[in-house]
Amino acid sequence: MKKAKKYLKLFTSCFYISAFTFGGGFVIIPLMRRKFVEDLKWLEESEMMDLTAIAQSSPGAIAVNAAILTGYKIGGIFGAAVAVFATILPPMLIITAISFFYDAFRENEIVSAVLKGMQAGVAAVICDVVLKMGGGVFKEKNALYIVLMAAAFVLTFFLDINAAYIVLGSIALAVIVLSLKYLIVHRRKKKTAEDKKDVAEEKIVKEREEDDIKGKGESAEEEEKR
Amino acid sequence: MIYLDLFWVFVQVGLFSIGGGYAAIPIIQSHVVEQNGWLTMTAFTDLITIAEMTPGPIAINSATFVGIKVGGIWGGIIATLGCILPSAVIVSLLAFLYYRFRKMNFVRDTLAFLRPVIVALIASAGLSILILSFWGEGGFSPDASALNIASVIIFAAAMFFLRKYKANPIYVMLGAGVLGAVFYLLL
Repeated sequence: MKKAKKYLKLFTSCFYISAFTFGGGFVIIPLMRRKFVEDLKWLEESEMMDLTAIAQSSPGAIAVNAAILTGYKIGGIFGAAVAVFATILPPMLIITAISFFYDAFRENEIVSAVLKGMQAGVAAVICDVVLKMGGGVFKEKNALYIVLMAAAFVLTFFLDINAAYIVLGSIALAVIVLSLKYLIVHRRKKKTAEDKKDVAEEKIVKEREEDDIKGKGESAEEEEKR
Repeated sequence: MIYLDLFWVFVQVGLFSIGGGYAAIPIIQSHVVEQNGWLTMTAFTDLITIAEMTPGPIAINSATFVGIKVGGIWGGIIATLGCILPSAVIVSLLAFLYYRFRKMNFVRDTLAFLRPVIVALIASAGLSILILSFWGEGGFSPDASALNIASVIIFAAAMFFLRKYKANPIYVMLGAGVLGAVFYLLL
């Protein structure tokens, strides 16, 4: 009985949050934080931050991913299913209604003029996102990232390569480069550890922990900026 | 079999749109407009507009819309399920791993690597929409008379409010719609 109530609460919470997330993406994160961390106390603050990072770095919509993670925490796989269903239901219902009117809508002179204006507006919104995200990439001052960005643009815009292949290719490249990096770092650490024995090892562990904390702090800052 | 095609296309959209939101746009354009011809570039841009104006992720909105256009209600349901399937599998697995190990460094590093690529993909999709808006379905042309001056003005005004005042995109688009009505109906 208590369990059923919990799932019902999960369903209504996710449904409500999804129905009010306009534009998708990151907007859902603060809404989820207020509901699940502050109101219901189902998640801890740091947990929410980690879940956000996972939701953002996994394939698919952030809202759907975040719902799966929260649902999983609350009720395992079944909880995840309930949360996802509640999250996709509002947009599905609304878009279904709109798509039946779309053709009649498009024929209308006024609607068509408004949509034509909005086309330029959407182009501006996307350009703004690109400038913001691209600025972030340039700020890292990593030549490899800039080359990757230029190469991906040429491949997709001028050569019409399927975007999915480009993503797949860069994941493969990331795995290769990161594996090499981890391998080199690991070997270097082993060497110093052998030279200086236990004392050095302790220091490295400490440094690594500090790096981790620093990394987390940075990603939190990035989020706040957004 | 249209349902199977829909399902498979949106599984790919779900699988390869990493980073959420706008990252789905280039993948959808690639499959839905360029490869299958299910939507024209104009209808696709309308779809992005509708997705921005309504609640819910762009990928889910697009899956439902394209699914219904191509295969009715069942098409909409199948496309949407296809879209969330990769998330469901991969994120459930990551959730399991997270609660087991609480460490996600490799995922974070891979994301840092992917971000520039995703920016480039979104830029390419944005440029396609910009060209459509400025020159229509015919595409870019150096002929000045083919340029749609009203669209250029609306674009410039929208950019100004977005960059200078960090205006909410929904309001910017509403404003662009009003300007569109004024320019195309009254002038």
